[in-house]
Amino acid sequence: MKDTKVIELEEVSIRFSGDSGDGMQLTGTLFSDATALFGNDISTFPDYPSEIRAPQGTVGGVSGFQVQFGHKEVNTPGDDAHVLIAMNPAAVKANARFIRPGGTIIYDVDSFSQKNLDKAKFSTQDPFAELNLEDYEKIPVPITSLTRESLKDFGMDNKSVLRSKNMFALGFICWMFGRPMDYIENFIKTKFAKKPVVVESNLKVLHSGYNYGMNMQHMTPRYLVDAAAIEKGTYRNINGNQATAWGFLAAAEKAGRNLFLGSYPITPATDVLTALAARRDLGVKTFQAEDEIAGICTAIGAAFAGDLAVTSTSGPGLALKSEALGLSVMAELPLVVVNVQRGGPSTGLPTKTEQSDLLQTLYGRNGESPVVVIAASTPSDCFYYAYLACKIALERMVPVVLLTDGFLGNGSEPWRIPAMSELPEIKPRIAKDSSSFKAYKRDAETLAREWAFPGMAGFQHRIGGLEKNVEGAVSHDPENHQENCAIREEKVQKVVGMLPELEVFGDEDGGDVLVVSWGGTYGHTVSAVRELRKDGKNVSLAHFNFIKPLPANTREVFSKYKKIVVCELNLGQFVAYLRDRVPGFEYHQVNKLKGLPFTVTELKENIEKLLED
Amino acid sequence: MTELNYTIKDFKSENEVRWCPGCGDYAIMNAVQRTMADMNVPQEQFAVISGIGCSSRFPYYMSTFGFHSIHGRATAIASGVKCANPDLNVWVITGDGDSMAIGGNHFIHLVRRNIDLNVILFNNKIYGLTKGQYSPTTDRGFITKTSPFGTVEDPFVPGQLVLGSGGSFFARAVDSNVKHNQQVFAEAAKHKGTSIVEVLQNCVIFNDGIHEQIADPKHRAERQLFLEHGKPMIFGKENEKGLVLECGRLKVVTIGENGVTQDDILVHDAKQVDLSIHMQLIQMSLPEFPIAMGVIRAVEAPVYDEELVKQVEEVTANRKVNSMDELLCSGNTWEVNEPNSSEPVPFFKKKCPIS
Repeated sequence: MKDTKVIELEEVSIRFSGDSGDGMQLTGTLFSDATALFGNDISTFPDYPSEIRAPQGTVGGVSGFQVQFGHKEVNTPGDDAHVLIAMNPAAVKANARFIRPGGTIIYDVDSFSQKNLDKAKFSTQDPFAELNLEDYEKIPVPITSLTRESLKDFGMDNKSVLRSKNMFALGFICWMFGRPMDYIENFIKTKFAKKPVVVESNLKVLHSGYNYGMNMQHMTPRYLVDAAAIEKGTYRNINGNQATAWGFLAAAEKAGRNLFLGSYPITPATDVLTALAARRDLGVKTFQAEDEIAGICTAIGAAFAGDLAVTSTSGPGLALKSEALGLSVMAELPLVVVNVQRGGPSTGLPTKTEQSDLLQTLYGRNGESPVVVIAASTPSDCFYYAYLACKIALERMVPVVLLTDGFLGNGSEPWRIPAMSELPEIKPRIAKDSSSFKAYKRDAETLAREWAFPGMAGFQHRIGGLEKNVEGAVSHDPENHQENCAIREEKVQKVVGMLPELEVFGDEDGGDVLVVSWGGTYGHTVSAVRELRKDGKNVSLAHFNFIKPLPANTREVFSKYKKIVVCELNLGQFVAYLRDRVPGFEYHQVNKLKGLPFTVTELKENIEKLLED
Repeated sequence: MTELNYTIKDFKSENEVRWCPGCGDYAIMNAVQRTMADMNVPQEQFAVISGIGCSSRFPYYMSTFGFHSIHGRATAIASGVKCANPDLNVWVITGDGDSMAIGGNHFIHLVRRNIDLNVILFNNKIYGLTKGQYSPTTDRGFITKTSPFGTVEDPFVPGQLVLGSGGSFFARAVDSNVKHNQQVFAEAAKHKGTSIVEVLQNCVIFNDGIHEQIADPKHRAERQLFLEHGKPMIFGKENEKGLVLECGRLKVVTIGENGVTQDDILVHDAKQVDLSIHMQLIQMSLPEFPIAMGVIRAVEAPVYDEELVKQVEEVTANRKVNSMDELLCSGNTWEVNEPNSSEPVPFFKKKCPIS
């Protein structure tokens, strides 16, 4: 089974480490060989202690094996490891300096006993803090106890059982990086041909480790690759959900409003709530509601009261929020909804990624209920699109839905940290003149109404879900309703004036094929287009971050290409929208619904087919 | 504090009130407006939030800030309003369908959290706006348009739900008794935490007379027990009846009979944390008992919005991160400054040129 979540890795390095008796060299070698056979270029670096049997559990006794592999030429074993596998505390200590900032540490949590901490000479109960590894991704795995559990029917002695721990770690890593295990299985079968019990037990533990990884995959980080020549600056690793949360925080600070998040836990969006709940220090009010509906309703209440109000969710939660989202359309309050999309329908594939909530987001409400829809394209740019969603909501008094997905939300990448001064101003439309204030009086240009909240003397007014006239009084007047429906739609369309034009990666003046994608598939579509262009193919990419309204030059861009192919992780939702909004073109489609991102290979194959036709 | 000297007029909006002639809502609104006028709170500090139903038109008739929201969600929306700005004086107007059926979940969680809101629950035991279907407070067997052969389900008793959810304040009143309503609303407003006031309200069109057995002023003295904290639970035309506790159960006695004296009568303790007597008071029904009116329960309990503010203040006081710039640079970072690295271009200038 190949896990396509990591297919985009250009290069990754892994360091296996443990006691010299833990079999780390064998583990590392087996993994490297399996990887080489899998078709990757590799480079390895065994690093073992000079003593064959240094005292168990001590730093001096740590044995390591580092391998770097990638689908391009790999010339070094990598300066720092992306992933460290540590079988005991000493291994963490010995290798702390070899891990990339923000890297991942998978460790045998069972071995972190007081005895082993002492042996490794840790002075506190928190070895990671002692080594300044707080912000590293740490995955505790009960390797010893799970190995023991896995072998309980084999009647083996304790020592032999513990000797199999490395196979558990190996199985886990094979899952994590999508390595096929047949090479390893064959090796074990051949090497221990005369000891059937050893073969059986090792295979059993190997598969237990693999299956554990599969079952716990929501914990597993994914790596995207840094661009080759990167900008100067200070960098950090960030995942999409954290970036989204921080984008909201940045917008609140810039706009001078308090941030309120009403939310209900849901995979894979929960980490947005978690990240903001941690930020009471910056005055954030997170409200863990009794359900999705209360999540958005408390946010609407907070928006009415003058906060920058946000609610976070995933597909099924958006369905529950739809009536209240319609209320925010009618009440014309600034509200941001982030939908970290997952596989649907219904409960679907909660931990998997998909783009199948687009039509729900655009149309899934009663009545004519337009909202602004934008989508982030990489884990780190979730920060900017979250920020922008808030800017649009606050300046245009309109609900904005930000679409990310499980792949972006859980995926992480290195990110150049921006200074707050790099971000554009946010000017909420707070009412200033009470004598001229009317609840639904609009700016002539943008059609946005003004924001006045309880506590502002002289601005008392009523809003609600019923159709209103300009004063905010209930109106059943037919002409008024038709006019307001048009205005609410027009107000959303006017947001286009705040947005950049659609950019083309490739031949801006036109060509054979234009690949169209949106949201979280960017990394894969841009890689596919880049590789095809290297092969001399006339292919360009137009990637959409703005769905509603569409960029002003969309039609103009489309008209320059002979063929347009829309690639998305659903059965054709964006393409349906384009056929409606930008008619007159023949749109080809590449669709995938496996709960997995595209692979570059399958994209290339599909596009090449189109070039040949 | 300067006296604001509001009158009821200061709380009436210019909108024409459109409830049916004779509707109990008029009297309730009157009492709310009088209560607010007497509170000496600046008018712009009031926010009135409602859901859907006849009573939920209420905010349009008030001159305060108002939000007429969607069915069942007023409690959730008001929770957001109050948490965003705890200085506000937030009132929720809801009905038995709005708060006990579609909004039941938000209702119990509001009560559990004890957010400082004043909730007026208009209980007419019917869906009025949709023209006469049974509601979650309709009595078993009652015939309505959607129960032509009588309902086969038991109603909620709102007070039970409040106490079961850990409620800190519950009171009951009758729509037509404006003076008593006003007293109860004032107590509700004073209470820190979620105040639930159930008003027995008459729907003159679809459920006329549903509370008449209780509400009829002719029988008021006999059938309503007006509770006051610290006062004996006495009722009756001659104040001759009262409640005593016998084997842990409430019992109606007559003073002067069987050796019962006024001193034997139970004194109402609204501040008692223990639920048992409050629960029994809520459950009292005709003809064995009078119906308990007034503030049945008003206990002190931690208030969500206050705790939230306190927590923000405490955490902020000891914070290590003071701003977004500091947060962004916190934790593990590294510098890139290679000979071939380029000058950084802000995202919004590069990919997304937005001024």
